[in-house]
Amino acid sequence: MNRQISHLAIVALLLLAALIVATTYWQSWAAPGLAAKQDNAIQRVAQFRIKRGKILASNGMVLATNRAVKSGGQTLYLRRYPSNGLASQTIGYSTQGRSRAGIEEEENGYLTATDANLGTIWNKLLDTAKGTTITGNNLVLNLKVNAQKIAENDLKGKCGAAVVLNPKTGQVYVMASEPGYNPNDIESNKGYAQILKSPSACPGSSSALYNRAIQGLYPPGSTFKTVTAAAALDDGVYTPNSMFDDKGYCTEYGKEVSNALNPEGSAEAYGEVNMIQAYEHSINAVFCDIGMKLGAKKVIDKAKDFGFYSQPPIELPSSTIAPSGEYLNHKLLNNTGLMDPGRLAFGQDKLITTPLQMALVAAAVANKGTIMVPHLIKKVTSPSGGTIVNIKPKVWKHAMKPSTAAALNTMMQAVVTGGTGTSAQIPGVKVAGKTGTAETGVGRIYDAWFIFFAPADNPVVAGAVVVEHSDNGFGGSVSAPIAKQLMQAILPPASKH
Amino acid sequence: MGARTLTINPRNRELFYLAAVGVLTGLGFASVYIARQSLVSWGSLGYALFFFALYLVAHLVARFTVPESDPYLLPMAGLLTAVGVTEIYRLGPSDAFKQGLWIVIGVALFAVALFGLARDYRVLENYKYLFGIGAIALLFLPQLPGLGESVNGARLWVHVGAFQVQPGEFSKIFLIVFLAGYLREKREVLAQGRLKDMGPLLVIWGGCMLVLVSSNDLGSALLYYGIFLSMLYVATARLSFVVVGIALFIAGGAGAYEKIPHVRERVVIWLHPWTTTKVYCAQTGTMALRQDCDSYQLVKSLYSIANGGFGGAGLGKGTFTTTSGHQLIPEINSDFIYSALAQELGLIGAAALLLVMMLFVARGMKIALQADDGFSKLLAAGLTFGFALQTFIIVGGVLRLIPLTGITFPFVAYGGSSVVANFLLLAGLLLVSNRANVRE
Repeated sequence: MNRQISHLAIVALLLLAALIVATTYWQSWAAPGLAAKQDNAIQRVAQFRIKRGKILASNGMVLATNRAVKSGGQTLYLRRYPSNGLASQTIGYSTQGRSRAGIEEEENGYLTATDANLGTIWNKLLDTAKGTTITGNNLVLNLKVNAQKIAENDLKGKCGAAVVLNPKTGQVYVMASEPGYNPNDIESNKGYAQILKSPSACPGSSSALYNRAIQGLYPPGSTFKTVTAAAALDDGVYTPNSMFDDKGYCTEYGKEVSNALNPEGSAEAYGEVNMIQAYEHSINAVFCDIGMKLGAKKVIDKAKDFGFYSQPPIELPSSTIAPSGEYLNHKLLNNTGLMDPGRLAFGQDKLITTPLQMALVAAAVANKGTIMVPHLIKKVTSPSGGTIVNIKPKVWKHAMKPSTAAALNTMMQAVVTGGTGTSAQIPGVKVAGKTGTAETGVGRIYDAWFIFFAPADNPVVAGAVVVEHSDNGFGGSVSAPIAKQLMQAILPPASKH
Repeated sequence: MGARTLTINPRNRELFYLAAVGVLTGLGFASVYIARQSLVSWGSLGYALFFFALYLVAHLVARFTVPESDPYLLPMAGLLTAVGVTEIYRLGPSDAFKQGLWIVIGVALFAVALFGLARDYRVLENYKYLFGIGAIALLFLPQLPGLGESVNGARLWVHVGAFQVQPGEFSKIFLIVFLAGYLREKREVLAQGRLKDMGPLLVIWGGCMLVLVSSNDLGSALLYYGIFLSMLYVATARLSFVVVGIALFIAGGAGAYEKIPHVRERVVIWLHPWTTTKVYCAQTGTMALRQDCDSYQLVKSLYSIANGGFGGAGLGKGTFTTTSGHQLIPEINSDFIYSALAQELGLIGAAALLLVMMLFVARGMKIALQADDGFSKLLAAGLTFGFALQTFIIVGGVLRLIPLTGITFPFVAYGGSSVVANFLLLAGLLLVSNRANVRE
């Protein structure tokens, strides 16, 4: 019988060995796939056993922290937002029921110490070995609390967004989107339902969850003339002193497109003007002519140099960063043959842009044609306080020739000193800007824009402000005063006088 | 004078390994305490000491009754029980106390079996038909109205006063004793392979299928049938019996799949635990994804295993409840104890556990090889193979190698009947081993 017993022993041992193989399969090969499953509650719970890193503003103010909750013998760390909604969409949230958004989503790796950073992994291993709670890394943002508050207060009761950054370093000082929400209310069904409601200030527009600064797509109106002018100057056919004869309208496809479309400029004809004057007074007819001469392709190619048609690389979930450009049926339109070059040139046609993109247009002019990568995060620090990563300035795009940027700098200053943007003037500071009042297709309801930078000879702040569905409000009267306050909040005291 | 090899008395060896297991148990309980309460309590060490004392009693009984038996089986059983109890304690202390009580009963019966049968266990052979009838009677006990109870669609339980007993666990041992006696006697006749001698084979096949049909228990049917075929093969050396037997089982299984909704459901869950569209959920009467309904347990258990990764979460640090404290996997400490262990101990721990099982099987088979009479060989081989197959059926089900059926993980899972039955299994192996070693 011994032969058979040996056979049986082999069968029995093979059966058990198969179990080891199967366990290995589930714990190694299949593990990542299972961890990613929607209904994997363990993964959700495990996330809350990590003491998530804090999110701090540049002045050290705590924007996101934890509250410890004891449940079933384990300590869970649920998120708490002490400011109750400062920069709500930008910070985002981390919840049990509704997952994550904003920086909380994009930088989950650092915040939970799972990012593939050697020091982080080492610390986490030590924590695991010691059996202590894993503590995530802290994020210190470039966000300036006072300026952020001003932006949110000024936009309160309206729908709109503001982005302010340092054109030389890309540090983002302000990213505001109104209406905002209180992230502490996200978890509750009642609170969430309230947040999801369409804002009363602009019926039909997106809810408060929406980060208008990066997701909101608005016709840029005349602010886009900055890009058209850059295309024209870079092309070499035009100079700032090129002369135009403004008849009050331009003729496109045999039809007259009149200046009256531009509510800031008067409908009357300016006559003989150079490019500086046309920009200063935002004369549509002149830019319409320039657009038709250049053709849509040259304008769009220049826009791409500014970052249009791509997602600006900022530390937010890429699914929430909209590329700017011409859209047809909710898709980016690449076929320049389907574009209207005249209307495109003054920022209408099918062109829509995000406030972040327009802030980067202003920053490009301010920084001699170079666009820096926008950074919300200043540095990542370990739980013990040491710096893990210091975010360094990085070039994103070369938008135009330095000479072109210099010419546009002059033109944008003229807008503030004597053109459509005089309400952005700050005593003692050379401010540069451009207004935009985009048609929304509804009567005298406009999207009011202002893009800006200051001080013009050595810019340390640049940005964009948009106010949605402004009733009879223009960029110069609605958005420029907000921009002025933002610049004043950020400029060092010495340059204010 | 030949060279004298240093020999350590097998019982001293056993005591040494038991001491090592005792230390491991203490460490295990201490880690659960630290992880759960952030403190080491004397209570945890008390528990380990109590546990060690129980096994010390078993050791002393063995020292007295079966002094020459294999010294590794008892410490390995002790280790498996300790791992089980530690995890059961971690999942819910009250169940661990009950399990501790069952271990006391198990050790008592272990002692009774050893004292009663140490002189010559082969007297059991004389009562083989009694065991055979007993096996069938126990198997059908849960079917009796008023006595039996249905859990998760399978009728496997009997209420005796406050206790819940699973007679199938004992039926398995009885069946092995019966088969060892019966096959020893009839092996020559059966080996000739005449159709008229196949009667018992067909009777047992029919019996197993009957159990399958009446109790809805695919796992037990597979276990009994596997034990029967393996012992038949050892006795007759006819591989063709095994082939025919497997073919008959497949035919029966296919029939059950066609006729019995419960069996079909198990197979569907096994093949397609995840659906992307909603399917009818009989439990709630609504449409739901299968992973939220029928295969909820299996899927959650797989998540638990996967979450263990290579090194595991650590004893006491696994995730078995939601943030609001709800249990994620029902039956976690019995049917799904393996997925709890795999999460907390990781691949290293789970593989080590299975390697201990393999060592146990290897020692058991060695005993079968060493035994010098047919009854002893068949008994040891049957008990050992039953142990291996039972482990394969439950853990293989949890790991989705085969359809999941609720039978217990020997020594490890929560369940009184199982613990007691496994102590009897252990006693049987020690008895055979002792006799073989004494006669050598």
